[in-house]
Formats: sequence, structure tokens, C-alpha cells
Amino acid sequence: MTASTLLLDAVYFALLIALGVPLGRYVARVFAGEARVAQRILGPLERVLYRLSGVRPDEEMGWKRYALSLLAFNLLGLLAVYALERLQGLLPLNPTGMGAVPSPVAFNTAVSFATNTNWQSYGGETTMSHLTQMLALTVQNFVSAATGIALVAALARGFVRKSAETIGNFWVDLTRSTLYVLLPLSLVLAVFLVSQGVVQTFNGSVTVATLDPAAPGAPGVGHQTLALGPVASQLAIKQLGTNGGGFYNVNSAHPFENPTAWSNFLELFAILIIPAALCFTWGALVKHKRLGWVLIGVMAGILIPLVLVASSAEQAGNPALRPMGVDDAASVAQSGGNMEGKEVRFGIGSSALWAAATTAASNGSVNSMHDSYMPLGGMAPLWLMQLGEVVFGGVGSGLYGLLMFAIIAVFLAGLMVGRTPEFLGKKLEAFEMKMAALVVLLPSMAVLIGTAIGSLVPQGTGTVLNPGAHGFSEILYAFSSTSNNNGSAFAGLGVTNVFYSAALGLCMLFGRYWVIVPVLAVAGALARKNLVPATAGTLPSDTPLFALLLAGTVLLVGALTFVPALALGPIVEHLQLHP
Amino acid sequence: MRAEAGTPRRPLFEKALVRRAIGDSFRKLDPRRMARNPVMFVVEVGSAFTTALFLHAWLTGAGEAAPWFTLAVSLWLWFTVLFANFAEAMAEGRGKAQADALRRARKDVVARKLAEPRRDAKVEETASASLRKGDVVLVEAGDLVPGDGEIVEGVASVDESAITGESAPVIRESGGDRSAVTGGTKVLSDWLVVRITADPGSTFLDRMIALVEGARRQKTPNEIALGILLASLTIIFLVATVTLLAYSTYAVSATGRGTPVSMTVLVALLVCLIPTTIGGLLSAIGIAGMDRMVQANVLAMSGRAVEAAGDVSVLLLDKTGTITLGNREAVAFLPAPGVREEELADAAQLSSLADETPEGRSIVVLAKDRFQLRGRDMKALGAHFVPFSAQTRMSGVDLDGRRVRKGAAEAIERFVREQGGVLPAEARDRVDDLARQGATPLLVADGPRTLGVVHLKDIVKGGIRERFAELRKAGIRTVMITGDNPQTAAAIAAEAGVDDFLAEVTPEKKLEVIRKYQQEGHLVAMTGDGTNDAPALAQADVAVAMNTGTQAAKEAGNMVDLDSNPTKLLDVVAIGKQMLMTRGSLTTFSIANDVSKYFAIIPAAFASTYPELQALNVMGLHSPQSAILAAVIFNALIIIALIPLALRGVRYRPAPAPKVLRRNLLIYGLGGLLLPFPFIKLIDLALGALGV
Repeated sequence: MTASTLLLDAVYFALLIALGVPLGRYVARVFAGEARVAQRILGPLERVLYRLSGVRPDEEMGWKRYALSLLAFNLLGLLAVYALERLQGLLPLNPTGMGAVPSPVAFNTAVSFATNTNWQSYGGETTMSHLTQMLALTVQNFVSAATGIALVAALARGFVRKSAETIGNFWVDLTRSTLYVLLPLSLVLAVFLVSQGVVQTFNGSVTVATLDPAAPGAPGVGHQTLALGPVASQLAIKQLGTNGGGFYNVNSAHPFENPTAWSNFLELFAILIIPAALCFTWGALVKHKRLGWVLIGVMAGILIPLVLVASSAEQAGNPALRPMGVDDAASVAQSGGNMEGKEVRFGIGSSALWAAATTAASNGSVNSMHDSYMPLGGMAPLWLMQLGEVVFGGVGSGLYGLLMFAIIAVFLAGLMVGRTPEFLGKKLEAFEMKMAALVVLLPSMAVLIGTAIGSLVPQGTGTVLNPGAHGFSEILYAFSSTSNNNGSAFAGLGVTNVFYSAALGLCMLFGRYWVIVPVLAVAGALARKNLVPATAGTLPSDTPLFALLLAGTVLLVGALTFVPALALGPIVEHLQLHP
Repeated sequence: MRAEAGTPRRPLFEKALVRRAIGDSFRKLDPRRMARNPVMFVVEVGSAFTTALFLHAWLTGAGEAAPWFTLAVSLWLWFTVLFANFAEAMAEGRGKAQADALRRARKDVVARKLAEPRRDAKVEETASASLRKGDVVLVEAGDLVPGDGEIVEGVASVDESAITGESAPVIRESGGDRSAVTGGTKVLSDWLVVRITADPGSTFLDRMIALVEGARRQKTPNEIALGILLASLTIIFLVATVTLLAYSTYAVSATGRGTPVSMTVLVALLVCLIPTTIGGLLSAIGIAGMDRMVQANVLAMSGRAVEAAGDVSVLLLDKTGTITLGNREAVAFLPAPGVREEELADAAQLSSLADETPEGRSIVVLAKDRFQLRGRDMKALGAHFVPFSAQTRMSGVDLDGRRVRKGAAEAIERFVREQGGVLPAEARDRVDDLARQGATPLLVADGPRTLGVVHLKDIVKGGIRERFAELRKAGIRTVMITGDNPQTAAAIAAEAGVDDFLAEVTPEKKLEVIRKYQQEGHLVAMTGDGTNDAPALAQADVAVAMNTGTQAAKEAGNMVDLDSNPTKLLDVVAIGKQMLMTRGSLTTFSIANDVSKYFAIIPAAFASTYPELQALNVMGLHSPQSAILAAVIFNALIIIALIPLALRGVRYRPAPAPKVLRRNLLIYGLGGLLLPFPFIKLIDLALGALGV
């Protein structure tokens, strides 16, 4: 690992926490209705929206109604995306004349964007019209992220309220998350990205002469078609909302989507800033400020070592190349290490950090190709997803996922100190355990079973491009990514056939809604309970000991569930390369 | 709270118990019973499956793995199930032994049924089994009480050793808080008229037998929640191992090397991964918790109550009997003006010589300590003793025309006035002073002459202050409840070191206090014996009724203390906590164990396809078969090894939660992670020596 990589990582995490704290506190104020300045500016718009949609903002919902509103809204979004994709040929803002998206891909994409996964089995610039990109995909980028933040607010109410039947109003939470948090941040980021050269236009494409003149007789060469479109506006929310679905097929490795070192750092920063900030939001909402630090500590404490694993594995290079006399040492002239699938502009440090951050958060955007990573370098992102997307995780979803792990950790710890477990003053009983277990269980099940089917049926194995253990990793990665709503692709696997479109689509649905509903059920059940006063016999949840316990639970569950699968994928591949 | 609660009186492995438990372990293999415990049920299904695989391989000669290996694995899987059954049977056996002893007390006797609730009513002889609620019976000296009931008339000494194990007889009388009798106990003297309060089959003794036998054991809420966690883990591992077959098949076809992982190995891996250690010991821990209560002579009406005891955050403690000894002690003689202290001591001693109350005896002791005043023979002196009565509220002695009296201030004042004297103002002030300090003043007079005041003090039980301090560390608040005035209460509270006190408490106020604490989210424990305690007992989360108490109190509580020792509440809390801690610690241990098993089995399972995975064989196990067998054997033996811990419970000392957690995480978490490595290695070496 080089000094520049370490410096980049250090600056990155320091800034993340430095800006995460104020942003997190701000989000908490938004939900408490105490963000005065923002409310003065955006309040009138918020009220107009409520009036137009007939929402009564002070109306409270029980958890079931909250869940139904959320599901109905998401289903509607899913149908809208599907319809726009299928009908885009007939609709305006289609300068390059794209036809209807094939139905398996359209279904897969609709699910993918509604669930905040942004798994892409299509190339954006060659499949989607501008209208689809803007009205279908970008809109879902906003509302799927807002859905996650809304859930955090609802769950917090479950912990804070005492003997209450309701957990807030979904429409209000959704509107506030979008209006006060996601829109302003996206606006600022988009403008900045445009300043760096990210394209933003309604034009379709331009054809330019290449620098290299055409070889005689070779048709078409000498000219190049450059796809253009409203990229910056989609890019900002794609990064901030842990969506990750790029405008271009190669995502943020594309020079128009990520032109400079500045744009790269900011896009990278945008991946984790909201998940990081929400830790502090949580601390403020449940009135245990130190808990915010514990949560971010757990997340960073798991992520940073894995960033280092990825960086050092990549920097170490490929031992198979060395006997051929390849110089893979880092120097002023080159990054060294394993540069296959990476942009020379970004090098190893930036690429490995992005790979780890994008899979830790359920973002899934990429600036390098994970399939080309060394086995252990690729295992870090793979395992980060398998941990259940709770290390930062999706906007909102990472935090509530981690809190479900906390329920399990607290349960065990409570038993070990001889008390019926309680978390933040709420007793944890069979119902909460059942729901938390579902949240932890279902995405893992989807990964394991999906991968098993994928590695048995011919439609699954037929599109695997690499032999042996690496091919297995490709299948495992696809199911890990979709079941945990990450959306990044390992590549090396053809996923546009009916089997993968359907199977991965289903995994995305399971991974999202079979988690959301139990989380809301927990919120509802907790809201109904009385608060237990803390005594010396209560296990405090805002201490390093608790952080250790929580991190241990996440890691142990992740390891015990996936070690056998990982052993047959990246681990054995690594051992084969390093006998 | 430490030693006595944690150590059962019965030795852990009694020969007869073990023999019976071994038999029971096989009887418990019945799948219908196993299905109650999903973790062990999976192991049983796995054992049956591998046995079938073995039979298939043996008969057809075409198995997926070597027949001897499949046989060895399936045998050890059966052992795993049997060991878990044995743990449960051992725990139950200890209860059963107790139940048998109780059953001997439940003899069918001839009851003398009375037509009317009077001693001289018409008697009809009938079998005790035919008695119903509301019947009235006569029980005379030498008779066994035919059923649970309330004394309507009479006073008698009763031998309750069949139930309490306490051989000293107790007095039972009608009215008041000592009016309940229990079926199976024996009246030693006098007679009682008893109104039966329980139908046969639902008497105290019946319930007790059912409880200790665990016949009607229901899962407690916490057991259910833990069960969900264990079932979830089992499902995860089930899926993780089943899908491994697909992955392995893919690996074989992609590399063209080796054979897919065998079913035998997959079942072995599954059993090693699912939390069999805690799954196998869970019910034993619960039963043992109840059993520890029984050993402490506390009868919990349900496992739920035992569990709640661990959660208690407020203890409401009656002052008298719990915090202070029931009696007071003389600590000083405070003479009236013009009286020598020795003179006062002499008179006080004289008036107390025949007084058998602890207070009276303490005066005699104090007089002896201060002035070497020896006891005198009352008869030789020709003295006449005047006993204490509720009307006079004083006692004393008539001797040579002297009338020496001691008693409550007002009573003595009246007595002095009747004798033509006047109570000196100084004595009056002394009395008020002492009362303010929380002490009990006793005036002594000789005829019209007031001699002075004896200072009687409530005696706080030895060591109670330390125990309260420990409880405070564990986050449990102690609240003293007393009918005394606030000054008295404050003084005792300060001396005993309770967190809070409530003075001048009536039974209704007790109920109110409990409700208030519960509203704040506390779990409240209390003890009580009187009928007027019943509403408060019913309201409290953990309510320990004294066995000497009334039937109403016993019905309202969820525990009965057979020793009727209110301080036992502290032990009850300890046992409850210990049970939860044992569960938590063994769960952590069980899960932490899995790491080592992966290291043993994963390289072995895929040795034919990916020999490179041998790099993970950190223990250097010598062959794939021995590695898998070693893991399976360790997994089975650890259950046996932990039975004593499950039955005894993990060590409990009151301490702040983080400290307890750190300790248990270190022992059971880190220990569970590391311990299996050397042991699996040792088993592997042993297997190697045997030629495996």
C-alpha cells in the first residue's frame, strides 16, 4: 500500500465524520420540525405539496398503515418506471430514438430502481431515453432514498414514544426527506459536477473525428459517437441516495460521468455522507448523542480494515504476472499493482476505496471493474454486501439494518448480564426478536439460495464468462448485490436472460420489502411499550464495549453465514494464486 | 446470595439419578417430544439420515462415503442427541426426586367432616380425596391435615416438615396471618377446625409436585425469544450447508476435479454449526433454575416468575423481619432525675426476669453486662409476675409490696398516676427524644415513682447493609416499607442503607407505591404474608408469599417461601439473574465455537476438488475424515462437559452490567472461540492413534 492511498483514506474518513455530524444533526432537526431556516425557505413548498396531494400532515399512522402507504407508493413508482421504459419510443425527449426496453430488463430495472438497488442489466446510453432517465430513474433515485430516511424517523419514534399506537406519517417523512435533505444536497453537488465537466444537456449525441486517423478501408473508424444527456442531475442523487445506477454503462469510470480528481473525490464522498450523517441523526432523535458515535464507530471500524484489505490486495499485484517480467512496483510513473479494470486517472487507492465504499453503502456505482480485482480485493466488496448492507448501508436502510443487528446483540448481552434485554429503554421480547431475525435472515437466504440455483441450472451457469472459482464468485456477487440492494456488478456474467432478470429481480424485492415491513413492525411494537428507566443493571448502549459487541455480532453472523461460499470463491482463488 | 443460592444441597451426579436419566435419554428420542426443541430435532433428523446412508452403503456396497466413516459420524450424532436428552433428564430427575418425597406426604387419610363449623358439630368420617372446597373438618393431635384450608377455630402446633423440611413445629391459629394450613402436614397438639379451600388435585401439595416435576412446564417468554434466535441460526446454517452441495457440484464441474461434498459431511457440518450446545442444554437450564429455587425452599409458581425475578429493579422490603430482626434490643438505661442508673437497671431486670419476649431478655442481658446483675429466682423471691396484655400494655412484677412495671410511655404514665405519682418532665422529654431518633422508649416505674427510660432499638440484620450495597451496584433499588412514623423509619433506613423508605404505610398505600414504580417502567418485587397484603402481592411482578401467611396471600403471590424468611427475596433475585446469565453465556459460547469447526471441516469437505484449501487447516488435522469426526465428537462431548454448568448456573455476583458483560464475553465469547481448537486437535490425535 502506498502513502498516497493511506493519506486519501485518512482524509476521506476524517471529512466524512467532520461533515457527517452537522448534517446528521440537521436531519434530526428536520424531523423534529426545528430546522427553522430551511423551513422558512422550503416550508411554503412543503405545504403546497400536502394541499395538492390531500395529505393532512398532522395525521398520525400506526405501523401497518405506515407500511401500506410505503408499499403502495413504491408499487406505484415501480409501475411508472416499467410503463415509461416500455413506452419511451412513443414519448418525447428521446433524441437518439430509443425503442421500448425489452420486458424482462424493464421489469428488472423497475424493481431495481424502486428498491434503491440500481442493479443495471442494461447500458444506460444505449437503452434509455432522456425522459426515462429523468422521469423514471432519477425520480426513483430520490424517493427510494427518501423512503429509507423516512423509516429511520419512524423507527426512532418507536423507541422514543411511550405507550403510543402511532409512529408518524409516511407522506410527511417522505416529503421532508426529499425536500429538506436530498434536493438541496443534490442541487449543490450537481452544480459542482457540471463545473468539473460532467455533461448536462437534452441533446442526444455528437459525432467527432478521432485523433487517430482512419486506417484505409476500415469502415466507420475515424469517427466516434459520444453519447450525451442530462448526466449531472442524475449523477448527484445517484451518489447521495446510495442508488448507484449510472447514466452510462461504465458508470463513474466514464469520463463524462467522472471527469476529474475533484469530481472523483466528491462523488466518492457523496456515497457515504448521508449514511454517515444518519448515525448522528439517530443519536439526536433517540436523545443518546453518544450512540451516534457508537454507530459510526462500528461502521467505520468494519469498513476501514476492509478498505485496507482491498487496497493492499490490489497494490500487491498479480503473482502470475511477475514471472513474465512485468514491473508492478509503485513508482512516480505508475500506480503499480493490479491495474486491470481500473482507470489510470484514479489509480489503486481511489479505486479500492470506491469499491469498498460503494459496497459498504448499498450504492453500487463503480469507478473500476470489480471483476478484475485480485481475489481478496474482490472479496472485500463482496463480503461488505453480504454483511447485510449495514456497514453504512443504504440511505436509512443501513442504519435500520444495523439497529436490527443491535437488537440481536442486545438480546444476547442482556442475557449475559442476567436481565430481560432492553435497548434504549425498551424491553426486547419474542416479537422483536422474530422481526430482527427476519431482517437478518431473509437477505442472506436470498443470496445463498439464489446462488445455489444459479450455479445449478443451465441458464445460470451458461452465461458465466470465467472458469472455476472466479466464475462462482461472479454468480455469488450478482445475488449478494441484488439481495442486499447494492446494485454493483462484478461483471463477467451475462444477466439479461429471463432467469437472471427474474431471479435477481425477486431477490431485490425480498431484500428490500421483507426487511422494511419487519422493521416497521418493530417500530410499532416498541412504540406501544413503556420506557424502562436505566439503572446500574442496564447495559448502556453508548459505550465502546457495546460497539465491540455490535461489530462482533455483525461480523460473526456475516462470517458464519458466508464462509463456506467464500471459501469456494475468492478464498480458494487466492490460495490458487498464492500456493 | 452468593454461596447458598448457587450451591445445591444435593450432589450433582447422584447414582440413582444418573441411572434414571440414562434411561430417560433414550425415551426422549421420541420425535414428537424432540420436535419441541427445533435445534435438537434437526440433529435427530440428521442422525437418522446418516444412519440410513450407512445402511444403504453397507447393504449395497455403493455409498457416497466410506461406510465406517458414515457409521462413525451417525453414531456420534446420535450421541449428541442422547447427551442433550441426558442433560434434560438429569435436571428433571432432581425435581422428580423431590416430587417423590412430597408424594409420600400426600397420603389418603380419613377426614372428620363436620356438619357445621363448630368443634362439637356432628362428625362424618370420609376419605380426604372426597373433600371439596368449603367443607369443614376437625383435625386433632396426631392427625394429618386432610387438605389445604383456613383455620376457623382453634390453636395448634403443626409439624410442616413434610413441606418445608423444617422440623421445628409452628403455631397455627384462627384469625390473623397464621391461619392457613397445608394438606399433608401434621397436627402435634391441640385441635383445629379447618375450612377446606382447595379441591383435591389442586392443593398446594399437588401444585408443588407438578411444579418440581416440571410436568406442566411452559416455555417462558425469554425462552421463547431465545428459541427464535436459535431457530433462526439453525435455518441460516441449514441453508448454508444445503446450498453448499450446489456450490460444490458447480466447483466440480467447473474444475473437473474431485467429487461433490458427501451428504454425510454436510450433515456433520450442519450439526456442528447449529447451536447444539445451548439447544441441548436450554431446557435443563430452565428446569435447574426452578430446582435451585426449590433448593432455596422457594416455590415458584411458574418459570416466568423466576425469570421476572432476574429483571426486578425495585425491591419493596418490609422493615420488620426483612431489614430488622423482628424484635428490639435494649441498649441503654436512662434514669430519671434523682435515680441511679443501677437502680433503674435493677428494677428493669426484675420486671423482665419472667418476660420471655426478646425485648425482655435483652434487658436482662444489658443489666448483666452493665452492672453484673445476675438473674434471680423469681419463685425464691416469692415474686408474682404480671404478664404483658394488650389492655394494660405493660408487664412487671409484684414483690414485697413493690409494684414494678415497664411498658409503653402512655401506659406507664397512667399507671404512675393511678399510684398517685407524677411523671417527671425530664422523663417525658427523654421519651420524645428517643422516639424522634427512631428508637422505642420503655418507661420503668416502681409504684408511683418513675425510675427512668430503657432505650430499645430496632436491630438491623447483620450484613444486610452490604447486601443492599451489592444490589445497588447491580442497579436494584431497595425501598423499605414500614408502618413506623417517618422519624423512626428514616433512622432505620439510614442504618440499613436502603435507597429509599416509605413510612406509615398502609396496605392500600403499598399497592399505590407498586403501581407508581410500575408506571415508571420498573419491575417490582415484594414479600408479604397477610391477607391485606394480597392486592399488593397480586400487583407486584415478583411476589413472594410467606408460607406462614394466609391462603389469600399465597394465592396472590407467584412464589411461596417455605422458610418464611423475607430476606430470601434477595436470593430469589440472584437465582433469576443467574438463570438468564447461564442461557446467554452458553448461547455465546455455542456460537463462538463455530469458528473452529469451519477451520476443521471446510478444508476437509472440499479436499478432493480444492486441495489448496488445506491452507485453512490451521490445526493440522491429519486426514479429512478424522478432521470431520473430531469436530463432531467435540460438538457432542461439550454438551456433557457443560451439564454441571447448566445445572449449577454460571457464577453470579451483583455488579454493574458492563462489568458482568465484559467478564462473560471474555470467558464464554473469547473462550468459546479459542477452546475448541486444542480440543479438536487432541481428539484428532486420539483418532490418529486409533488408526482413523
